[in-house]
Amino acid sequence: MYDVSVIGGGVIGGLTARKLARYKLKICVIEKENDVAMGASKANSAIVHAGFDAAPLTLKAKLNVKGSEMMERIASELGVKYRRNGSLVVAFDDKDRDTVTELYERGIKNGVRELRIIERGEVLSLEPNISDDVVCALYAPTGAIVCPYELTVAAIGNAMDNGAKLYTNFEVSDINKTGEGYEIISSNGDVIKSAYVVNAAGINADSIAAMAGCDDINIRPRRGEYILLDKADGGVVSHTIFQTPSDMGKGILVTPTVDGNLLLGPTAEDTDDKTDKRTTPNGLSKVLDRARKTTDRIDPKHTITSFCGLRAVGNTGDFIIKSNGTGFINAAGIESPGLSAAPAIAEYIVELLKNDGLELEEKSDFNPVREPTHAFREASAEAKNKIIAEKSEYGRIICRCEGISEGEIRAAIRQNPPARDLDAVKRRTRAQMGRCQGGFCMPYITGIIAEELGIPYEEVTKSGKGSEINIGKTKEI
Amino acid sequence: MRDLVIIGGGPAGMSAAAAARRRGIRDILILERDGRLGGILNQCIHNGFGLHKFSEELTGPEYAWKYEEQVKELNIDCMLNTMVLDIDENKLITATNSERGLFTVKAKAIILAMGCRERPRGALNIAGTRPAGVYSAGTAQKFLNIHGYMPGKEVVILGSGDIGLIMARRMTLEGAKVKAVCEIMPYSGGLARNIEQCLNDFGIPLMLRHTVVEIHGEKRVEGVTIAKVDKSMRPIESTRQFIKCDTLLLSVGLIPENELSEKAGVELSAVTGGAVVDQDRQTSVDGIFACGNVLHVHDLVDFVSDEAEIAGNSAAEYIKGKKNDVISVKLTTDGKIRYTVPQTVTAKKDMTVYFRVSDVYRNVRINVRNGDKVVLSKKKQRVAPGEMENITLKSDMLDNAAELRLELEEM
Repeated sequence: MYDVSVIGGGVIGGLTARKLARYKLKICVIEKENDVAMGASKANSAIVHAGFDAAPLTLKAKLNVKGSEMMERIASELGVKYRRNGSLVVAFDDKDRDTVTELYERGIKNGVRELRIIERGEVLSLEPNISDDVVCALYAPTGAIVCPYELTVAAIGNAMDNGAKLYTNFEVSDINKTGEGYEIISSNGDVIKSAYVVNAAGINADSIAAMAGCDDINIRPRRGEYILLDKADGGVVSHTIFQTPSDMGKGILVTPTVDGNLLLGPTAEDTDDKTDKRTTPNGLSKVLDRARKTTDRIDPKHTITSFCGLRAVGNTGDFIIKSNGTGFINAAGIESPGLSAAPAIAEYIVELLKNDGLELEEKSDFNPVREPTHAFREASAEAKNKIIAEKSEYGRIICRCEGISEGEIRAAIRQNPPARDLDAVKRRTRAQMGRCQGGFCMPYITGIIAEELGIPYEEVTKSGKGSEINIGKTKEI
Repeated sequence: MRDLVIIGGGPAGMSAAAAARRRGIRDILILERDGRLGGILNQCIHNGFGLHKFSEELTGPEYAWKYEEQVKELNIDCMLNTMVLDIDENKLITATNSERGLFTVKAKAIILAMGCRERPRGALNIAGTRPAGVYSAGTAQKFLNIHGYMPGKEVVILGSGDIGLIMARRMTLEGAKVKAVCEIMPYSGGLARNIEQCLNDFGIPLMLRHTVVEIHGEKRVEGVTIAKVDKSMRPIESTRQFIKCDTLLLSVGLIPENELSEKAGVELSAVTGGAVVDQDRQTSVDGIFACGNVLHVHDLVDFVSDEAEIAGNSAAEYIKGKKNDVISVKLTTDGKIRYTVPQTVTAKKDMTVYFRVSDVYRNVRINVRNGDKVVLSKKKQRVAPGEMENITLKSDMLDNAAELRLELEEM
């Protein structure tokens, strides 16, 4: 019997679990995929928004501004890369200038600090590669970038280090109310009993809510396609550069990532298919065309990868975070600025649990700090040699493009939450994320995973069951 | 301080080391990132290697072994499982391995022999899902030939580079069904002999002017949509067709791995992706040489060995203090000829100039022009982008030349 079960191993579920892990509670995170951060938390713009977009007094506005202020400390405790690079909303004409002014006023109402409108000359001094057509911009120095899947992995890992349990490949198929709380039932018939439940199921939060009898939540997926460019292009811009927003979202942005790549996107296209994460020729060319409006220094030949994420757009226009009154908290419709607001959303959820009667007694031994997975690659030569002298596998480079050692890969498989497939290793270590996209190192990493997990080589997957890399031994199929 | 450090222990690195040793350089170190010498040849278990160099048909590992033996006999130092992380313009090399951790080596001369990598899916921006089952042909080759596992059983191959062609045959021999090889160009980028022996002999269709426009499948590839392309390479909607398969192999080009060369300040060619070199295979940085696929992508390893011998010999002369005559002749091309290696000439001697053409041409003349004067002309029946060509310049052709231009004349 758990005190609290969090359904959904995304950034909301992860930070909520971590927040709960500081109390004397038995908690678990329930995830349907083979790894955490498999939904919108791994495919979004990786931006910590300053908070000028959302309409004043909405949850989106309040939690964005607060979450954005909390993010730096959380990232530093969790060893997650975070950089306050500032953001710009650029205007190309008078109509855009009006929008920028509107955003400025909204931002001031929302309590965003240091916000100002700058003219072309200053834009150019901040961003020398900006398009000739930019006339002015809204400048938000508090805007930042963070790696969203790293944040999710680290939050859940830190919760686990502090006693939380993670269930993966647990697809919730039903929820029953019992005298003591809830029974959460998986499609395999496994049952988890819990006094309180947090529904942070992202794109599927509406169906999970319905299982608990909350029928008023509706989530419609909105597709967003992205293109990630090589690190050689990471310096094209230094700020996150938005174009003026529309009803469908914040438009196509151009931003550096914390790892030094350049990210372009997203498109915005409503769909009814919650599994449709295809990229499309139209989507990708739209991303390129629009991004080139911001700067002409974009070379599609330097593409590392392209991907599509699904925003969980709720039916109220705002985040839907509320209790059913009996210990079942829904956190639904967490679309943009969900990542930015996530630390504040987690706090808010814990408040709601408290209101429903959950007792929160602080643990004396809660450790908020997690050793970052990238600690080794950023260490000094001297520090590296100390580690290699003790653990020789840190001297053996497996991923040549990103310079990732065997030691780091093994650590990612042993650390909480353990990486158990190739994509999970990639998200934790960056191995396979460079220019060759795993062409050279994939066969080696496959071997390391097989060895660490004690499974046959041919059972190693890309991202869980059904995605086996090889279909069997030669001569045997 | 070492006399000569060679980055990479594949065919280029080994051949360069042996050549330099025979020219009297005793202090040579090969740094190899893999656990053994031989580079990518170790996974090329098919035959066809060594016809030019040894007049016999060898497999990749056999060809590599011949050079491994030389390296052993000549007592050349090798560090295996050692990854070079940095080279600076003063020829200070930073590397790492399990035994020594991070360490530096200073060299009088360096030969770059890091090879190349395959162009991955991302660079093509193919739309669709991102399931397991999409591999570059060389990765599949490694799974199959080194690890002994089958990456799939119903295969479509995009790109008709040599590795893709070889893998079409290899997968077929292991019981897979190769349904099609799609090539976006109107001709294959592979060797004619590979089209014959790897596709035609097995009835595998080569679909020219076709590309993969979408990848399907949630967890594992379930199929691909292919389409014919028009003259400007755009897919033609009405020609879209779905092919059921569980694997998509990519053989869409090789990219010389020059990240280290760039760190050392070596000037690179936008056409080859490799260093700009002179007849000695010396780069723009004094004492840094390059050879093999890191310099430009070769079709045949035999030519890699030849090129590496030039680099090894020249590095030896450089270490011994020999300076080139100070002439400076640029080798330029007309576009129909895409590039030459070398790109510059700094010494007066006879030399072989390697080049590639940009399209398939029949009955042509390759002319070498000094201003208005054609100093050399050679007939060719057929030239193709997939087959490297060469022409021999005599030292007297360099007289009174600032630039020699290679032109392709259609007759």
